[in-house]
Amino acid sequence: MGFTAPVLEYSALAPMLVIFAAAVIGVIVEAFTSAKLRPSLQLAIALGAVILSFTQVITLRGTTTTTVAMESVVVDGPVLFLQGTILVLAFLGLLLIADFEQFAAQASAIPGSPEEEVATKTGKVQTEIYPLTLFAVGGMMLFPAASDLITLFVALEVLSLPLYLMAGLSRRRRLLSQEAALKYFLLGAYSSAFFLFGSAFLYGFAGKVSFQGIHNVITSGPGNDVFLLIGLAAISVGLLFKVGAVPFHAWTPDVYQGAPTAVTAFMAAATKVAAFGAALRIYYTAVSGAVWSWRPLLIVIAIITMIVGSLIAISQRDVKRMLAYSSIAHTGFLITGILALNQSGITATLFYLATYGLTTMGAFALVSLVRDASGEVTDLNRWVGLARRSPQLALIFSLFLLSFAGIPLTAGFIGKFSIFSAAYENGAISVVVVGVLASAIAAFFYIRVIVMMFFAEPGSDSVSVIIPSRYTMSVIWVAAIVTLLMGVFPGPLLDLIGSLSTLVR
Amino acid sequence: MTLSIIAALPLLGALLLTTLKQGQVESIKRIALGSSLATLAATVLLASNFEIDRPGFQFVESYSWIPALGINFQLGIDGISLILILLSTILVPVVLVSGWYESEGGRFSVKTFYVLVLVLETMMIGVFAATDLFLFYILFEAMLVPVYFLIGGFGTGARQAAAVKFLLYSLFGGLLMLASIIGLYVISSNQIGRTFDISALGTLQIDNLTENFLFLGFFIAFAIKAPLWPLHTWLPDAAKSATPGTSILLLGVLDKVGTFGMIRYCVELFPDAAKTFTPLIITLSVISIIYGAILAIGQRDIKGLIAFTSISHFGFITMGIFAMTTQGNSGASLYMLNHGFSTAALFMTAGWMISRRRSSTIADFGGLQRVTPLLAWSFFIAGMSSLALPGLSSFVSEFLVLVGTYTRYPIAAIIGTIGIILAALYILIPVQRALHGPVTEGNDGLPDLNRRELIAIAPIIALIIGLGFYPKPALDVINPAAKATITKAGMADPLPTVGGEK
Repeated sequence: MGFTAPVLEYSALAPMLVIFAAAVIGVIVEAFTSAKLRPSLQLAIALGAVILSFTQVITLRGTTTTTVAMESVVVDGPVLFLQGTILVLAFLGLLLIADFEQFAAQASAIPGSPEEEVATKTGKVQTEIYPLTLFAVGGMMLFPAASDLITLFVALEVLSLPLYLMAGLSRRRRLLSQEAALKYFLLGAYSSAFFLFGSAFLYGFAGKVSFQGIHNVITSGPGNDVFLLIGLAAISVGLLFKVGAVPFHAWTPDVYQGAPTAVTAFMAAATKVAAFGAALRIYYTAVSGAVWSWRPLLIVIAIITMIVGSLIAISQRDVKRMLAYSSIAHTGFLITGILALNQSGITATLFYLATYGLTTMGAFALVSLVRDASGEVTDLNRWVGLARRSPQLALIFSLFLLSFAGIPLTAGFIGKFSIFSAAYENGAISVVVVGVLASAIAAFFYIRVIVMMFFAEPGSDSVSVIIPSRYTMSVIWVAAIVTLLMGVFPGPLLDLIGSLSTLVR
Repeated sequence: MTLSIIAALPLLGALLLTTLKQGQVESIKRIALGSSLATLAATVLLASNFEIDRPGFQFVESYSWIPALGINFQLGIDGISLILILLSTILVPVVLVSGWYESEGGRFSVKTFYVLVLVLETMMIGVFAATDLFLFYILFEAMLVPVYFLIGGFGTGARQAAAVKFLLYSLFGGLLMLASIIGLYVISSNQIGRTFDISALGTLQIDNLTENFLFLGFFIAFAIKAPLWPLHTWLPDAAKSATPGTSILLLGVLDKVGTFGMIRYCVELFPDAAKTFTPLIITLSVISIIYGAILAIGQRDIKGLIAFTSISHFGFITMGIFAMTTQGNSGASLYMLNHGFSTAALFMTAGWMISRRRSSTIADFGGLQRVTPLLAWSFFIAGMSSLALPGLSSFVSEFLVLVGTYTRYPIAAIIGTIGIILAALYILIPVQRALHGPVTEGNDGLPDLNRRELIAIAPIIALIIGLGFYPKPALDVINPAAKATITKAGMADPLPTVGGEK
């Protein structure tokens, strides 16, 4: 049995390689440098890697290389756009993480134990969060680029495992945080199992793991359709779990609430980009020939996701849980984009992902600023009258909420409009109508928060907003400006995406 | 003078305001008033160049906005848009002068109030001038935000609840319209390429079922805006809670976006569907006329009274539009203008009465004629205009609407005339209670109108009387547009059957 040495196109893989290399360097730094030096050094490495990787992505724009690394990775327009988006989000996420003092000093110590107390007191803070973030970012960049099932699975695990850990790193309410992490991990493990199970069936169906191979067998027709259907269903479960679609959404609110807010921000924004990127590739290329089998299913999922997300969000009393359910509703909108199955669907989904990611990032960043003496306050009842104390933040948060609600002149509206029009084009009118109605429901709870902030009298236990440090504030401003700008002048971004939106098999 | 400059003027004023400090109350008010007057002057200048006989849109401007989606920043006006823009630009300075102290004591600062009003003015001009459906929709929805803050931030009573109710109702309608817009957009991209240009959209071939659904999406949104029974319940709450000035803008201008939309979008883009639904809509309009009038009679609150009279009047306007005759249509358009002025006069005087007496219950007033003759006369004239007394402006439009409707739907027109009789009741009863009779206790020392208030009301009363005796200038502007609408709808005026020759 001969062994062929793999041919790797390093330049095309450079964006990911830079990130992974920096992550490994981060681990070494964590082990060998002094505690005092660590935080700034780690941050510098991480940010530097992200910037370097981003420049690589930009230089790759317009290259003709498509499949690389022995046809296991695809580098095409959407991939580059998604990678760029993930990197931008990672950059902002790192800034939030750098600003956030609320990570456990020593994650390995048992909550409430003397070791933890010592670590907190002496300020010997561990900074493994940075390499963990970089590993997650690397996985996220690989996820939409993978073009066979094995690479896809590896990417899935590389992006998920660090996130499980990061979710458990909160300094305050550590038990809640660890519970969230465990829940995320267990459910994530189940979904990975489903995913792997599905991959095996698809392999059984096609005899190949590459998307191209699966596509060929589907169109030429010699495969066993039962295997195809089981495989497709199981893989879909895995993907839908990652994006948080109903009925695989149960982890979302708990994890969003329990995880340190900076991590929630990064996770909520970037994971969605990566997972939908991969979903786009699978549904648009690998199994596009079997559209009859999965499209009705996705239509149903999109509809219940939009409705359930919007309805349950109404009853939430915690701002992070509310944003979690709102993100579930948005998942429904994004699935609508996949259903469209046309060029405008790709463009719309990419636009939506980029703008939604940024807005989410900004919203969670803002949540992390609303505090009282004992830390972050996420109870909505205590946000009452926030506009009195901090009109600027209240205004910006309203902008984010209005964008989530899809009010015109915000990025959310353009995103929603383009996704719905793409879906309508392909005849998915039922989804569009439900989507519009779900938006009306969703508007209700977004507006309720605005009412609380602006029109209710602040009570005695209302919160104070701390004077934010400049990193968090700059993230919030970037998100706010982009949200507004993309609502008023989305033309350039839409054109850019339009020029990049051809998926390569 | 171009439309975009006119629309930008109030916005510039708002930007200028943001540079001022909170405390400079007087200069904030002066600048706000100044920029609204400049806008009015510019609009009048533009109107003087309007060519009455030229068909189609005038002062057309078009700039590429979001090319990827085929969206243009496109403005242009015909007769109907022109009078509505004039109405908006006249009412804003009037509102500012009449409610000079309205902005004080709200939840937000004085500056916020004027910024919101000026931003709203820009949007009002834009929404009537937009000839790109997407631009129209964006302004239609974005307008909700300033109004929401104006009601919730400066109103009285249950202002929060009223503001939220208003917003949710309107958003719901807007989203239905969005679904229809998306449908229209997809059809256009299949047939003529992606576009939102309303002239181009009018040429699409749409199958009947789809057209009906698209029509309904638009119509429900507009029927919420210009409240038609049974979608009206937000209006009385909003009008009761909002300041008089906000109510004037809300009922006088914003609700006209609904009736304007019915003409420009429902009838012109979906003529077949409009015909299909006409019987239903005429029925709803008649119900609105009678229902609004009866509830107005029962109102104890003076603001609530005006709100319900408006529901009745919007019934007339909608009936005139869907009668699908030139007379009905131009009557409806003229009605929009006249209703704007008479509602403004009513709300202004009511607002002054309320702020003097610190009560909005009609029964608390009495004998105002003796104590405050000027105020009483103003209220009287406004009320007479509202009940369409001949010689005052509303009469002409109500008459045209009824005549225009009668030629096609005689029964509806006849029932509609009952509305006029009821109007006499709902206006004359409060006039009698509040203005005549013995002076109620606590009313004796009320001051009459001061000079500022006289300056605010005088032009409106002059317009009400002027357009009542000589409506020709307004009708000249409206008629060609109304004719064009009926032609686009593919309808011809029914020939007179009685009297034979013409």
